[in-house]
Amino acid sequence: MAEMLLFNALRAAIDEEMERDPTVFVLGEDVGHYGGSYKVTKDLYLKYGDVRILDTPIAENSFTGMAVGAAMTGLRPIIEGMNMGFLLLAFNQISNNAGMLRYTSGGNFKVPMVIRGPGGVGRQLGAEHSQRLEAYFQAVPGLKIVACSTPKNAKGLLKAAIRDNNPVLFFEHVLLYNLKEEIPPGDYVQALDRAELVRPGQEVTILTYSRMRYHCLHAVKALEEKGYDPEIIDLISLRPFDMETIGASVRKTHRVLIVEECMRTGGIGAELSAAITERFFDELDAPVVRLSSQDVPTPYNGALEKLTVVQPEQIIEAVEKLVHGQV
Amino acid sequence: MAPSRSLPHFDKATLPLTSDEALMLYEDMVLGRSFEDKCAEMYYRGKMFGFVHLYNGQEAVSTGAIKTLRPDDYVCSTYRDHVHALSKGVPARQVMAELFGKATGCSKGRGGSMHLFSAEYGLLGGFAFVAEGIPVATGAAFQTHYRRNALNDTSADQVTLCFFGDGASNNGQFFECLNMAALWKLPIIFVIENNEWAIGMAHYRATSVPEIYKKAAAFGMVGVEVDGMDVMAVRAATLEAVQRARCGEGPTVIEALTYRFRGHSLADPDELRSRSDKEFWMSRDPIKTFATYVLEQGIVTQADLSAIDQKVAELVDEAVHFAEASPEPAPQDLHHYIYAD
Repeated sequence: MAEMLLFNALRAAIDEEMERDPTVFVLGEDVGHYGGSYKVTKDLYLKYGDVRILDTPIAENSFTGMAVGAAMTGLRPIIEGMNMGFLLLAFNQISNNAGMLRYTSGGNFKVPMVIRGPGGVGRQLGAEHSQRLEAYFQAVPGLKIVACSTPKNAKGLLKAAIRDNNPVLFFEHVLLYNLKEEIPPGDYVQALDRAELVRPGQEVTILTYSRMRYHCLHAVKALEEKGYDPEIIDLISLRPFDMETIGASVRKTHRVLIVEECMRTGGIGAELSAAITERFFDELDAPVVRLSSQDVPTPYNGALEKLTVVQPEQIIEAVEKLVHGQV
Repeated sequence: MAPSRSLPHFDKATLPLTSDEALMLYEDMVLGRSFEDKCAEMYYRGKMFGFVHLYNGQEAVSTGAIKTLRPDDYVCSTYRDHVHALSKGVPARQVMAELFGKATGCSKGRGGSMHLFSAEYGLLGGFAFVAEGIPVATGAAFQTHYRRNALNDTSADQVTLCFFGDGASNNGQFFECLNMAALWKLPIIFVIENNEWAIGMAHYRATSVPEIYKKAAAFGMVGVEVDGMDVMAVRAATLEAVQRARCGEGPTVIEALTYRFRGHSLADPDELRSRSDKEFWMSRDPIKTFATYVLEQGIVTQADLSAIDQKVAELVDEAVHFAEASPEPAPQDLHHYIYAD
């Protein structure tokens, strides 16, 4: 098995899928000659040419709609959002046309496309470059939403997303591109709709995704030393949730902590908390606890930014309170 | 009153028509008109609901442009999409059934008046947000370009006709897509149906340069204006643009100057347009003027035209019967079509 950096794992997934299927192509800002803002598509234009690795003008709504039209007529576009936040400018095309068109057309057309790129809060990038669009898009019918978190799942999930016949919003995290991990050789594909059990445990279920997976692991290390035994599940699929895996864990631990980078209001955790309460209320020994980002535009100042996002100490405290029935 | 803009003159002698062509054009326009008149009737009888935008008066544009296409070409439309669908070949019964919300409609009752789709007939859809169809149409054209240039598929010469109105020409997606279409020489024709009114906003009050076709030049693209009440003028301009697109010579903007004989939708009180304007445009009814011309030229006979009127009336009646007799979508299928397998 070869070790790979996360951005190279994504690149390998795209390269392999483009080789496998000539209808797969990449479009977006600076994906070609520049190689992508995080080098995910570096030099692919040399292999596939300027049509299959299409550098677009800075016109997010239009090139997203263009990808929808291409998908409707038989191609499999991969859009790179240079920063996922920029795709707010493409909200209409993502919602009305990528998400809803299959239904509205009564099944006349399918829209197999991937919209991928860096999301989340980075290091002092300011409010506009620190958005978590997964929260905004989770209500759009017809979209699948996935967040990768390791080089291995980045590769396997992206390959699955490219092969899926539906529009998939694929979130990477701006701070995880340089993670390194061994990747299974060959055609490694990971199911889009399955959560990942990161650490089995008995006392409390921690549900998280993307970069917060590492904050949780960090916190759990300290908790282990104190004798706690939490379970960590990486959601992977943010729409729809893998309620089977989540349910099995809730039935085991009877306590749930959600740790997310979304803002609290209308976030992924809000929806997840409601889903768990509705389906597994009788299994719960305590209310579902959410740790989310503060409801503020992410501030530039480093200290304020840190206050905005969940920190490992908060996770430790929340687990201790949950286990001791102090919630 | 809008500042008057003189209509471009088209020399009909430059487009010789066979009698079959003349009858085909006449039939398609009459079908569009009759279908829409029937829609108004059905709407007021409570058979269809929601927003219904009728196409009366603009038939020369749909017929003149779409009837130059092959079956494997694409059409992209707006909320005013019934007649584009019919011109592209979607059976009237499927369109009417969709308006009735029935399971046999072209969008299975999920779309409605503003969202007609047909993969079979190359109708990319009715798109109800102004200008949002332009990128989608550009994408269909890109797909043809891709197959030809990245996959070396020599059969990839399909053309996409993208329809929208004067209101959409002030939206960013219009300019963004003109740029990309010209940049990559995509096989697309932007057909602007300038009917002078975006609901209640007069075109000249919304647009710094009202001659929309002139904007093509900023993108190095051919732009032409045509008399949108003259089916032959629209046909001649589109034939040229289609030829250009098929040969890989890139896109065209066609601005068709036209007028809708009814309000924006059946819910529009239509209080702002002047009577004299309406009378001027009504006197240029595209169906009547075309019929007069082909009769005068001896290309067809009155008997030919009457036979078509009769045939279309029966077809539209049949469409209503079909729609009425069709089943509603099954309640258990509410969630059907959200995701593809």
